[in-house]
Amino acid sequence: MSEKVVIVGAGPAGVRAAEALVRAGLRPIVIDEGTRSGGQIYRRQPEGFKRPYETLYGSEARRARSVHETFDALRPDIDYRPETLVWNVAEGHVWAARAGETEAIAYDRLIVCSGATDRLAPVPGWQLAGCYSLGGSQVALKAQACSIGGEVVFMGTGPLLYYVASQYVKAGANVAAVLDTSPFAGRVKALPKLTEQPDLLWQGMKLTFGLKRAGVTVLSGVTPVEISGDSEIGVSGVTVRTASGTLSRFACDAVAMGWHLRPETQIADLARASFSFDLRTRQWLPEIDGDGRALVPGLYLAGDGAKILGARSAEVTGELAAIAALADMGHAIDKDRRRHLRAMRARYVRFAEGLAEAFPWPHQFVADTADSTVVCRCEGVTAGTLRASVSEAFATETNRAKSFSRVGMGRCQGRYCGNASAEIVSALRGEPVECSGRLRGQAPVKPIPVATARTDA
Amino acid sequence: MTGRFRRLDVTDRAPVRLTVDGSEITALEGDTLMVAMLSSGLALRSAEFGPERRAGFCLMGACQDCWVRDTQGNALRACSTVVENGQSISTQPMTADWSVAP
Repeated sequence: MSEKVVIVGAGPAGVRAAEALVRAGLRPIVIDEGTRSGGQIYRRQPEGFKRPYETLYGSEARRARSVHETFDALRPDIDYRPETLVWNVAEGHVWAARAGETEAIAYDRLIVCSGATDRLAPVPGWQLAGCYSLGGSQVALKAQACSIGGEVVFMGTGPLLYYVASQYVKAGANVAAVLDTSPFAGRVKALPKLTEQPDLLWQGMKLTFGLKRAGVTVLSGVTPVEISGDSEIGVSGVTVRTASGTLSRFACDAVAMGWHLRPETQIADLARASFSFDLRTRQWLPEIDGDGRALVPGLYLAGDGAKILGARSAEVTGELAAIAALADMGHAIDKDRRRHLRAMRARYVRFAEGLAEAFPWPHQFVADTADSTVVCRCEGVTAGTLRASVSEAFATETNRAKSFSRVGMGRCQGRYCGNASAEIVSALRGEPVECSGRLRGQAPVKPIPVATARTDA
Repeated sequence: MTGRFRRLDVTDRAPVRLTVDGSEITALEGDTLMVAMLSSGLALRSAEFGPERRAGFCLMGACQDCWVRDTQGNALRACSTVVENGQSISTQPMTADWSVAP
């Protein structure tokens, strides 16, 4: 009897992993939190929305279509579970919940393609209504044909900042400004690595020129000062200190914020993957070999959930992880194909290193967060309260600081405050950020109703 | 009343009617509950730990900022729930009676 393979996620990595397994004669279970496959970056619009691929995905339209069409063709040969949340992994089973019911699904091999979410830095006022994650602002447009506001400021850093701002302009939304915390000089320095993907580099440059040509203010090297507004109406403006040191205020009713991405690693964590600290991006990543094998036998990680390498790379690493699983199960594999995929991955890794240099996480800005600024949006916990957990309660790392201050314990379970918390705790203790530890993943990785009924026992 | 979100395209969909805090609003078929509510209003709920109103954050089911309740008390994640005709939503927090029984 053939081994049972479970894939978590149906974005570009999950789809290519499933494709490779089906080609080898397997019938994987594919568990997808989404309603339709595609993941986030290739998220599909609802039935009845008829905008063409070029409108939705721009330069990546061909790739998005290929991922979607591949998955649709696979449907008869896989066990697809949409709208299903994997909320725990334990003792060789994934716990999957859908519509108030849950079951434990046994697996021999688990391929986790859990994707990423935006990495956020706390800015005074970011708890106000009208502040959205950058990825969220893109979902509004892609999945619902909406802008998050009448006048939108894009603030943060990374290629997605320019990509989404451009999509907004193209769709007819008013973009008040694009405010990048990264200095322009860093992008010039990173050029040699960015030329690994010349067309993406060219796309990025074209987007920036396009924004300026459309009359949008685009600033580099800014320091966020404040998101102003009031508690009833929400956001009314963004103030930054420009690279030349002057204060600049932009009136707006919405802010899209994001500092590149962070991998969703909770499922890998619960499956007992080991982690190591990536100094380049200042975040913890699960340890995998070049094909996606974790140190735990039978566990494979691919796509941005393993390491932020982008959607193109996710297709490559998804297939590589499936090939690794097939090899481990004793299947004959196409070694030329594997060599080709490994070489492609190496180029995406170099490109991602360039992006990390060009658009760095502003860790000093985060470490300097004022005591009065909300760090935990979920529960309104300030940086001052977080610091008191270190200075008064003697927390030595973020998990302990979380217990005392509740930063990381709210609804989002640390997704949007965890990176900042580590910077603030370690800076106060005068230690490198990796010494402040890693927020452990906890089941359920997202809320499920208490009344969820088990159907398999 | 002007809402927070602006519709830019695909507006030729059938209307859907629902009530939010007792007032009827019109949305479009295929809207998420979040888009339905924020196309005619400014917020989804009040923060439990601060004075401000909240209007969601991530739109992809990760932050859990956009949970609202229908008038039967069911919790709905507004960014991933498709709007339905006749829905009745409350943006007010649930109140609990903590008095001790005699």
